[in-house]
Amino acid sequence: MSTAIDVLRKLLRDPAAAAGLLIILLLVLVAIFAPLLATHPEAIWDMNPRQRLLPPSDMYVFGTDRMGADIYSRILFGARITMVIASVAVGAALLIGVPIGLISGWTQNWLGEALMRVSDIFLAVPQIVLAIAISQTLGPSIENVILALSVTYWPWFTRLVHAEVRSLKNETFIEAAIALGVPTWRIILLHVLPNVASPIIVRTSIGMGFTILTASALGFLGLGAPPPAPEWGRMIAESREFLPQAWWYALAPGLAIFLVVMGFNLLGDGLRDVLDPRIRRAGARR
Amino acid sequence: MACATFSIRGSDVPAPDDNLLEVENLRVSFGTERGVAKVLDGVNLTIRRGEIMGLVGESGCGKTTLARAILGILPANAQHDTGSIRFRSEDLLKMPRRRVDDQIRGRRITFIPQDPYASFNPLFRIGTQAREVMKWKSPRRPENAGRGLFGFFSRYPRARRRADEADAVEMMRTVQIPRADEAFDKLPHEFSGGQRQRLMIALALMPQPDLVIADEPTTALDVTIQAQVLKLLKRLVKERGVSVLFTTHDLGTAYEICDRITVMYAGQEVEMAPVDDFFQRPSHPYTVRLLESLPKPGRELREIGGEIPRLIDPPAGCRFHPRCAHATDICRMERPATTSVSAAHALRCYHPVGATVPA
Amino acid sequence: MRILALILQRIAWLVPTLAGLVAVVFFISRVIPADPVSKLAGETASRAQVELLRQKLGLDRPLLVQLADYYKQLLSGDLGTSLFTTRPVWDDLYARLPATIELTIVAMIIAVVIGIPLGVVSALYRNTIIDHLLRIITVAGLAVASFWLALVLQLYFAMDLGWLPLQARITGFPPPSITGFYIVDTLVEGNFTRFGNVVAHLTLPAFTLAFPALATVVRFTRAGVLETLQKNFVVYQRAMGIPSGLIVWKYVLRNSLISTVTQIGLLFGILLAGAVVIETVFQWPGIGAYAFEAILQSDYAAVMGFTVYAGAVFGIVNLVVDISHAILDPRGAGA
Repeated sequence: MSTAIDVLRKLLRDPAAAAGLLIILLLVLVAIFAPLLATHPEAIWDMNPRQRLLPPSDMYVFGTDRMGADIYSRILFGARITMVIASVAVGAALLIGVPIGLISGWTQNWLGEALMRVSDIFLAVPQIVLAIAISQTLGPSIENVILALSVTYWPWFTRLVHAEVRSLKNETFIEAAIALGVPTWRIILLHVLPNVASPIIVRTSIGMGFTILTASALGFLGLGAPPPAPEWGRMIAESREFLPQAWWYALAPGLAIFLVVMGFNLLGDGLRDVLDPRIRRAGARR
Repeated sequence: MACATFSIRGSDVPAPDDNLLEVENLRVSFGTERGVAKVLDGVNLTIRRGEIMGLVGESGCGKTTLARAILGILPANAQHDTGSIRFRSEDLLKMPRRRVDDQIRGRRITFIPQDPYASFNPLFRIGTQAREVMKWKSPRRPENAGRGLFGFFSRYPRARRRADEADAVEMMRTVQIPRADEAFDKLPHEFSGGQRQRLMIALALMPQPDLVIADEPTTALDVTIQAQVLKLLKRLVKERGVSVLFTTHDLGTAYEICDRITVMYAGQEVEMAPVDDFFQRPSHPYTVRLLESLPKPGRELREIGGEIPRLIDPPAGCRFHPRCAHATDICRMERPATTSVSAAHALRCYHPVGATVPA
Repeated sequence: MRILALILQRIAWLVPTLAGLVAVVFFISRVIPADPVSKLAGETASRAQVELLRQKLGLDRPLLVQLADYYKQLLSGDLGTSLFTTRPVWDDLYARLPATIELTIVAMIIAVVIGIPLGVVSALYRNTIIDHLLRIITVAGLAVASFWLALVLQLYFAMDLGWLPLQARITGFPPPSITGFYIVDTLVEGNFTRFGNVVAHLTLPAFTLAFPALATVVRFTRAGVLETLQKNFVVYQRAMGIPSGLIVWKYVLRNSLISTVTQIGLLFGILLAGAVVIETVFQWPGIGAYAFEAILQSDYAAVMGFTVYAGAVFGIVNLVVDISHAILDPRGAGA
């Protein structure tokens, strides 16, 4: 626990990482308290034809969309969708990918190779192509997006863990543990896993960012949560036909995506700087 | 060097006015995340023409920093607090950077690194790297030759290049690189450690420098190779009348090659003597303990109690005082000035040790 | 010799991976609720007619049989016939290939030519204003949704300012086709107005596509240069007074380029992924847009064709990367 506090402290010293952490905290708070923070919590699903496509004003902070709903409030509620999709998808990818990586990195036999081949298959095409195929097949919905994203993201964790485990296996302290007769599962759990934890954490943060981008791309292409769900990508797609007049319509959700992904990327970078001592050393030469 | 029986060797003592390098009261500190490390605390050092000066001390004593300060390649977080480095009567710290970069570094003062394995760029042939040195630092290069744009687009006239290359091959033969004429086309990893270090010696001598700074040049080599390289280096520099600043933590090596020895401890120089005097009449408590700590058959290992001080908050006065049996109040307050034990033997201590090292 | 072995090894590895990929996508694309056959048959067709059509297309047989058939088909070089354009998929892909390649290459050039020097500068001026600015830009570059960036750029440069065209590859007639690359063809033709037209059309899509790749190149180059600057051979060259410009741009760059080259495979992935969305937004008649339409219409053959193409391209790109790695690093450790 003390190392976690250490990490946090070092992290906060880096202004960029601190900013990232702040943004993410904000995102979580907004997602939880959306009904309280929104200016028009009830109206996000309604049709108000008389108020459609209004520019930003005192009443409608980001203007209104084609249904007449307040964009600001929709964005706040959209944060929930974003958080859910990102955390569940990345979480699932982690839960699938890490164990597979551990196994394939550790075993020297055909199983390890086979697992890597399988993960290579999923990496053979860009994530979005496969995700489009999957979510289109299953139909547009949040669950399907999550499924598509986790199914296409797990290989990133597997690759990472596999490489780390392979190099760790050559470390003397692991050889010593094996020589001492420590059972394999114990070695993996107590010695290997803690050492792999850092890259996994960094990858998770950055993965959240990428996943949000891919999810919103799916939404943009019409494959995400169906209307009237306030999904950010879909909102941008909707705005297309009203450009250039209703510029606020496209700008606001895009800025939201940008801010959130930025936050995760900054945090991920900060974590990498703190957790990976090799890179940190670069400043202090003698 | 297990047995401490030292013999007197005839060494010529050049005229005291003939100082090639004079470091005076040099203070250098580094800014780190944990505070300011006072790495060099008013160091004095002189090197005469044609002599090999050994700089002896444990890891962290500042010898590498001193070497880099002389070369002018301290890292960005380093600060010269005070002091001067006079080379051929000119203060390097006051010289315009351009002139130091162009005329001094790599030309009049050259460098032999500690690590022959990593000091060559593994992706480029030896010839390319040697040619690079010769292009900028060959004695034939006219003083006013331009550097082009960041070093690009500068001319290397063919005549000069051919002559330089011939010299380079000749020098490689001198340092006993087998098949020297083919060496140019080989990559660094095709040479052994000892060969690479000999190549380094060659590169250091090709510009015909006045001073070579050799930073622990044999530490990374096997013991048998060490002797070879040392002998070669000594012969070559003596033939050419080149001075050497030879840093090392190994007293045996120092004895082999050096004319005079300066001992450093935690950023302070504490004793300086001709090599025989040094081994026969060490006067500083630290030097004495250092020599005593050399393993001797039939005697238990003796260690120096205590630890090297941290440089961020170093002990005041003489930095050895926490570990010194003779320390008194004044040692803890003010650093001793330089005193003379004899003509060429200088010391910075309030309580010098008078005894000779027991046989 | 070593290189030959590498090539053969890679190809041997590529085949089962592609086969696996085909199987995965095959099963995914056949497990659908929406039925393209009935869509094909039309609204007025009876169930019997739909079934007949299905039989004719061979879509009623067991899935594994269909898969086996498809492998056989692939081996003879036939990628199948598009359900909707009724043309061979290969012809469709081939016709649209140059558009995507041109876009991708231009984007790659932008990313590399601008990115590498910026990365070096960022490393040299570490922790100064320049570095911080560049780092903010690169982080932003990776945080921006490409489709959104495309829209914003379209909004500003095409709609507001009217400086650049909104979409497509060219306004008016394309040049006589020699390579299919409009840039090359218009130059060969000598028609500079058309050349300018083509370049204008390429600008927004290529830049939008390049943006995340550019950011990645800058970051990787920066990291590579920073790491190389720590190495002892840099210290040695500095100590011997070699001009620092040379040290960085001739020696350090070459060492850090190795890691950058390895990233080109990654870059390519970014570019290809981006192509699908960018082509859709800019109405660029390339393979990415084709893939998206095919998926939406459940055009099996087209989807499969695109997948096989993408997988093969990736495999080849990775192969080229490995080869360049072996060439750039003469130590031959193949690290």
